[in-house]
Amino acid sequence: MARTAPVPAATDPAIIRNFCIIAHIDHGKSTLADRMLQLTGVVEQRDMRAQYLDRMDIERERGITIKSQAVRMPWEVDGTAYALNMIDTPGHVDFTYEVSRSLAACEGAILLVDAAQGIEAQTLANLYLAMENELTIIPVLNKIDLPAAQPEKYAAELANLIGGDPADVLKVSGKTGVGVEALLDKIVRDLPAPVGDADAPARAMIFDSVYDTYRGVVTYVRVVDGKLSPRERIQMMSTKASHELLEIGVSSPEPTPTNGLGVGEVGYLITGVKDVRQSKVGDTVTNLARPAAESLGGYADPKPMVFSGLYPIDGTDYPVLRDALDKLKLNDAALIYEPETSAALGFGFRVGFLGLLHLEIVRERLEREFNLDLISTAPNVVYEVTLEDKKVLTVTNPSEYPDGKVSEVREPMVSATILAPNEFVGAIMELCQSRRGDMKGMDYLSEDRVELRYRLPLAEIVFDFFDLLKSKTRGYASLDWKADGEQVADLVKVDILLQGEQVDAFSAITHRDKAYSYGVMMTSKLRELIPRQQFEVPIQAAIGSRIIARENIRAIRKDVLAKCYGGDITRKRKLLEKQKEGKKRMKMVGRVEVPQEAFIAALSSDEPKDKSKK
Amino acid sequence: MPVPSILPVGDPAPADGVLPAQAGSGAGGRRFCLYVHIPFCAVRCGYCDFNTYTATELGPGAAQDEYAGTVGGELDLAARVLEQSGVPSRPLSTVFFGGGTPTLLPAVDLARILDRARRLWQLEPGAEVTTEANPDSVTPESLQLLADAGFTRISFGMQSAVPHVLKVLDRTHNPARVPEAVRWARDAGLKVSLDLIYGTPGESLQDWEASLEAAIACGPDHVSAYALIVEDGTRLAAQIRRGQVPDIDDDDHAAKYQLADERLAAAGYGWYEVSNWARTEADRCRHNLAYWHGDDWWGAGPGAHSHVGGVRWWNVKHPVAYAGRLAAGESPAAGRETLDEATRQLEHVMLQTRIIDGLATAELGPQGRREVAGLIAEGLIDGAQAVRGRVRLTLQGRLLADAVVRRLLEP
Repeated sequence: MARTAPVPAATDPAIIRNFCIIAHIDHGKSTLADRMLQLTGVVEQRDMRAQYLDRMDIERERGITIKSQAVRMPWEVDGTAYALNMIDTPGHVDFTYEVSRSLAACEGAILLVDAAQGIEAQTLANLYLAMENELTIIPVLNKIDLPAAQPEKYAAELANLIGGDPADVLKVSGKTGVGVEALLDKIVRDLPAPVGDADAPARAMIFDSVYDTYRGVVTYVRVVDGKLSPRERIQMMSTKASHELLEIGVSSPEPTPTNGLGVGEVGYLITGVKDVRQSKVGDTVTNLARPAAESLGGYADPKPMVFSGLYPIDGTDYPVLRDALDKLKLNDAALIYEPETSAALGFGFRVGFLGLLHLEIVRERLEREFNLDLISTAPNVVYEVTLEDKKVLTVTNPSEYPDGKVSEVREPMVSATILAPNEFVGAIMELCQSRRGDMKGMDYLSEDRVELRYRLPLAEIVFDFFDLLKSKTRGYASLDWKADGEQVADLVKVDILLQGEQVDAFSAITHRDKAYSYGVMMTSKLRELIPRQQFEVPIQAAIGSRIIARENIRAIRKDVLAKCYGGDITRKRKLLEKQKEGKKRMKMVGRVEVPQEAFIAALSSDEPKDKSKK
Repeated sequence: MPVPSILPVGDPAPADGVLPAQAGSGAGGRRFCLYVHIPFCAVRCGYCDFNTYTATELGPGAAQDEYAGTVGGELDLAARVLEQSGVPSRPLSTVFFGGGTPTLLPAVDLARILDRARRLWQLEPGAEVTTEANPDSVTPESLQLLADAGFTRISFGMQSAVPHVLKVLDRTHNPARVPEAVRWARDAGLKVSLDLIYGTPGESLQDWEASLEAAIACGPDHVSAYALIVEDGTRLAAQIRRGQVPDIDDDDHAAKYQLADERLAAAGYGWYEVSNWARTEADRCRHNLAYWHGDDWWGAGPGAHSHVGGVRWWNVKHPVAYAGRLAAGESPAAGRETLDEATRQLEHVMLQTRIIDGLATAELGPQGRREVAGLIAEGLIDGAQAVRGRVRLTLQGRLLADAVVRRLLEP
């Protein structure tokens, strides 16, 4: 611990070290960060709670970090007090853009790898990003206290990856604290100090912004040039919007106001704005009175890759859902949505997400924080459809797919990296081929670990690809992907009809070769899920007017309780009341009563449960 | 007319058993009936979830030889409670002994209970007095005793005429015994009803046809045919879960119901309630109809259900607990509910729709009336009857009666 911590806004850049930790989920990043907070004395022992930096409940429960934060910690080496800024980065592939901005705020990165598991594909992806940003890498093996740890093997793997000597790989345990002080020393010694022009017009990069109920948007920045001071007016360079700096400070880890932030410093700004869109990650903050001529660059609007319809199970909850999305949007610049109506599901929203995890998190937050019961339709990607008259449509919802006259459909592609033990190469190749994947290469990371590179349609990986990959490799494979252009493909829309009525919620855009299996899967699922009616109900799958699969729900023949036990009318009436209640939760598709649960079950990826047709 | 082993959830019932004021209102327009539950069986059948016990010695006051006295105590309490609750005394229109197997008790015990009821309330002239019986728990002598004591009707649990079906049901009687028992009952001057069960696992359509033919050949006055219901917690439910016997099937039930209605109608038995057929109007079970008409009845015995003027209650289930309450001078009621007007209307639609008289279309709400035309078009209710102002189920409608009722009710 440092005896006298350097004062923010008056800190020589030479004693500042900005770093982040790159690690896979479960490799112990948060535990290591917690240990650093303790050792540097910014968090007292008694205030310590596990995974201090992961503030949201969902983050804590899933053990993953969604939103990054920055913490300033004092640390003394050879009698000099240094200021270390630890910038926490999201670990998941859905948030690659946020990761890249966090990396851009640092001079160095700790590459943290579980000594029992070795490096994973997502970590590798982030490592590449760090190296592209010319960050200095400190390789560290964590969890060396585990009996299954193989530090020698994985030290060799890391040295092989980034160059250098396996002996230089630090070995720590976030859990016991072993090696963490040595790591803090190494950060001071090995990482370069930030460099900037203190006299130039202010330029600071936004690497995160978070909505706080009490304070509005809290914007996290890294100052590159000049200085930001309280009460001055600042300007966002991408939008030219200007705000007054109501408060500026550092997190250590609780927010602490300062006299400003100077070159190389990391901290937060509060301007009173209420929407994170006014404080975009990647944007450059400058002084309104003395603006910089050029932004720092690297800003990009987040681009949703996956779309899904979200509908309240209880139709009267629609306004609640709208308000909930409006609130979540304040804290999630990547979330986009617009109202949508489904004949089957009623009023809802078509929502765009960065990826499947983002979808799951948003859905879970809506259900948990706003007490909503939701149906989400099967996720789909964005298609560019060119009509015969050369008009181009962007289709984010299968029900908007044009009927006929389509000359070309383009679908988004990804390049995927899969790391796995070499015994699973066959199974992975089989899976990727069945998903229309095109193999781009294969490398051995070590004797028994292989990196496979594929180009795949995004649509093929959004639904169950990762689950299948995990199950085919007994959980060993890891996956990373990034967007990689688009391709023309032979795609068709498959509709599902109940008694001749199209059910929009079940329509899907699929490759022509897979249309039949989708049709068979969905019709047989629905046959199991929809109760028998007083008449026969055909369920059909169709491409245009061509029927490709058909099932039948036979008419119900009996719906009566034969007897009433010894005058126990109460029991019979309660049963009737329950049935009546059940009927209220039915959606009518034409004359067919479809239980809400059938929609949920048919749209979920789980196998339908065995339901006896009593 | 057995009682189930699971009691509903309701309000607590007071120890003195006194009923809310509404119970007596309009009593003059309702018949008064008595149900006596006899909770004993020689063997517990695998499909049965009724409140019944095989042990002859259940404990103080609950032993079989003490039971007539115990249940008689409840009849005394009933008369007192009704009087204290302001329900005018009416002679009994029907009395029904159900179980269990009432005829497991000596005929003199059943006669004693009936005498007690007669002393307390009188019987209407021509009152219907029924007991259930197993074909192998009666003799010509016991039947004559019952007839002499005032019983007018006996309902035999025939269930099936096919040995392998009876075996799945754990019924121990020899099917050949049934015609004999019917003859003895007739000789004693009793009206006869036969109870049948269809849809037992392993029963073919031919098996069911054979049972129907056998029942008709006995020449009863009345036939009840109930679809087998697999109740949770029964041995049969466990056997089905383990795959030892096949599950029951609604389509099979529907086919068998249709066959029953066809055969019984051809033999001169007309339906008057979803599961009941009678040779003439006079042969209908008036006790059974009282349930569907919403009349008043006192249900005596452990687990028995009662209804008086929109108040429904039910007794504690176990014979020992039951006997204990009565010994302490307390009402054996475990819980009750007082129906509000909307619930009484709902029950009226639910119950009245099941019987041949049906429901007056005038009694339906606006939603129910809108459904009538559709129900006629779908062949579920009789169009000519509807024009005359009654909702009467067709054969198809009887099979889908619960669906019809749901549609006739207001949302």
